[in-house]
Amino acid sequence: MSSTEWADHPLAQLTLVRFREFWREPEAIFWVFIFPVLLAAGLGLAFRNRPPDVLGIAAVTPELARSLRQEKLLDVEQLSAPAAEEALRTGKVALLAAPAPGGAVVYRYDDTNPEGRTARMLADGAIQRAAGRADPVPSSDRLMREPGSRYIDFLVPGLLGMNLMGSAIWGMGFAIVDARRKKLMKRLIATPMPRHYYLLSFVLARLLLLVVEVGVLLGFGAWVFQVPVRGSLLDLALLCVLGSLAFSALGLLIASRAQTIEAASGLMNTVMMPMWIVSGVFFSAQRFPGALQPIIRALPLTAVIDALRAHMLQGAGLAQVVPQLGVLGVWLLVCFTLALKLFRWR
Amino acid sequence: MGLDAERARRVSAAGRERDTKHMSGAAPKAALCVRNLRKAYKDVVAVDGLDLEVRWGECFGLLGPNGAGKTTTIEICEGLTAADSGDVEVLGLLWNAHATELRQRLGIQLQETQLSEKLTVMETVRLFRSFFRRGPEPSEVIALVQLGEKRKSRVGSLSGGQKQRLALACALVGDPDFLFLDEPTTGLDPQARRQLWDLIEQFKLAGRTILMTTHYMDEAERLCDRVAIMDHGKAIAVGTPRELIASIGVEQMVEFSAGGAAQALDVSALGRIEGVHEVRTENGTVRMQVTELHQAVPALLDELDRQGVPLTELRTHSASLEDVFVILTGRHLRDE
Repeated sequence: MSSTEWADHPLAQLTLVRFREFWREPEAIFWVFIFPVLLAAGLGLAFRNRPPDVLGIAAVTPELARSLRQEKLLDVEQLSAPAAEEALRTGKVALLAAPAPGGAVVYRYDDTNPEGRTARMLADGAIQRAAGRADPVPSSDRLMREPGSRYIDFLVPGLLGMNLMGSAIWGMGFAIVDARRKKLMKRLIATPMPRHYYLLSFVLARLLLLVVEVGVLLGFGAWVFQVPVRGSLLDLALLCVLGSLAFSALGLLIASRAQTIEAASGLMNTVMMPMWIVSGVFFSAQRFPGALQPIIRALPLTAVIDALRAHMLQGAGLAQVVPQLGVLGVWLLVCFTLALKLFRWR
Repeated sequence: MGLDAERARRVSAAGRERDTKHMSGAAPKAALCVRNLRKAYKDVVAVDGLDLEVRWGECFGLLGPNGAGKTTTIEICEGLTAADSGDVEVLGLLWNAHATELRQRLGIQLQETQLSEKLTVMETVRLFRSFFRRGPEPSEVIALVQLGEKRKSRVGSLSGGQKQRLALACALVGDPDFLFLDEPTTGLDPQARRQLWDLIEQFKLAGRTILMTTHYMDEAERLCDRVAIMDHGKAIAVGTPRELIASIGVEQMVEFSAGGAAQALDVSALGRIEGVHEVRTENGTVRMQVTELHQAVPALLDELDRQGVPLTELRTHSASLEDVFVILTGRHLRDE
């Protein structure tokens, strides 16, 4: 079969149309490819790991100040008693160290403030050591700031899941509703075009674009932030394909009857907005009350993001994310079956 | 024009051979047969017991005002709308039994399709060509509808007439045996309309069967071999344009206005003039159906002179399908 014959197959032509319509729409390129990268870059910068904070404390006597300065994580200021009181009250320092009768020390701090509690521990340690305390158990620190446990590592799989959902639902929804509104769909079914080719062309185009979409975001994450992909690439591909198909089916269902772009975009936002919030894109879904967890875990975006995080950060194989795969499979089957039943060609 | 007609003949040569084959042997008598067709929407009866027969190789027109049921009728024939009752046989085939074959053999142009604006002319035609088993090359069809220079242009940049010719190209790309055109020139400027008429005439010359709807009586008179005048979902008259015009028994129409003096006019006196059949007054304009124009006009002028009514305007024209419609229904084609 020559290349032109292949290209003249209706499915190839329909898929080409999908590509052309996508490439010739600059806004679509921005939202699908550039926006997630910008978001990852912005949030990655804002929440980058910084060196540990140095805590400010106040000491009332020079002796106390000298002892406390032995601790590198404390920024010690020697102040008069009233000035130290003022600094503590206004939050300039987290703790005030003052002498007490009998060579004792009094720490004044707010015990509901974690900084105050940390400062208390650090300050007391420094003073006890300066007074000659020997630790019975020798200890040393090994610092862990490696890729995989930072916010950006948490964020990239979330953004990838959000992108899979957005591009599938918007890509499917707008194109179908627009074709219906312009009676283009009616014109197409007046030809001998097999109807399933029309729907299949959306899926094919989606899967081909998926390669670029996933590649761009993960490539950016790996290059700029060293975000790891610890599981196998084949598993990752299967995960993304299943996720994208489930969202495409949802998009098809949303677009199955809508006659206007306004109606469709209202529906799409109604469906997607709650998932953006509860499915753990930007912060862990565990923060929501336990009673809601079963519902949240049944959402397709939660399933995709949980599976992607397990795969990318913990190197989980497909066998370890079976519950999430099951959730996606059910969404795919139910939405697709319903969409075919409800779909209106005109 | 000569070259294009030649191309049109070549493009549809295969189609004509099949047609002739159909006509011999067990071929159906008519290309389209509609019997007692009915279709109602929620509260409107769109088609109300319609009978039609389109012969092989003819251009048949459904003429009527908006809302007469033309589009519903043609879309039922195209297999896009289900009828409530009645029979439709296209090319001797039935929609519920032979839809796949029918789709291959029909060329369809819908009333308000907007083709994808981001594709080029060539990409659009190639897409439609891919759905059909056989047919001319996309570039051939594009040249036929005179869009050769525009083949790399985006659909969004075409004028209304060019878009309509592209729609025609998409209807022709499967080398159809039967062409359905739903109001092919509505909304176009006069020059674009004439250009489209030339194209449709070429396909007629090439021996294609065409069913078209229109609410322009000049379009129907020029393009259609036979016309069904539709009103309220029924065909109220069927025949060649010439037969229909002859059936109203008048050859000429005379219209005049008398300006402010119209009130003083004695209309009944006009009706007694020899050769004048019917007189109607509408918004200060008087319309008369006339058989012997050369005698009736001088007599009219004499009568107006006698009544002392001055003329501000006088027009005559040969009776048209519009007049047929007015006489049959008492309304104008574009009233609604």
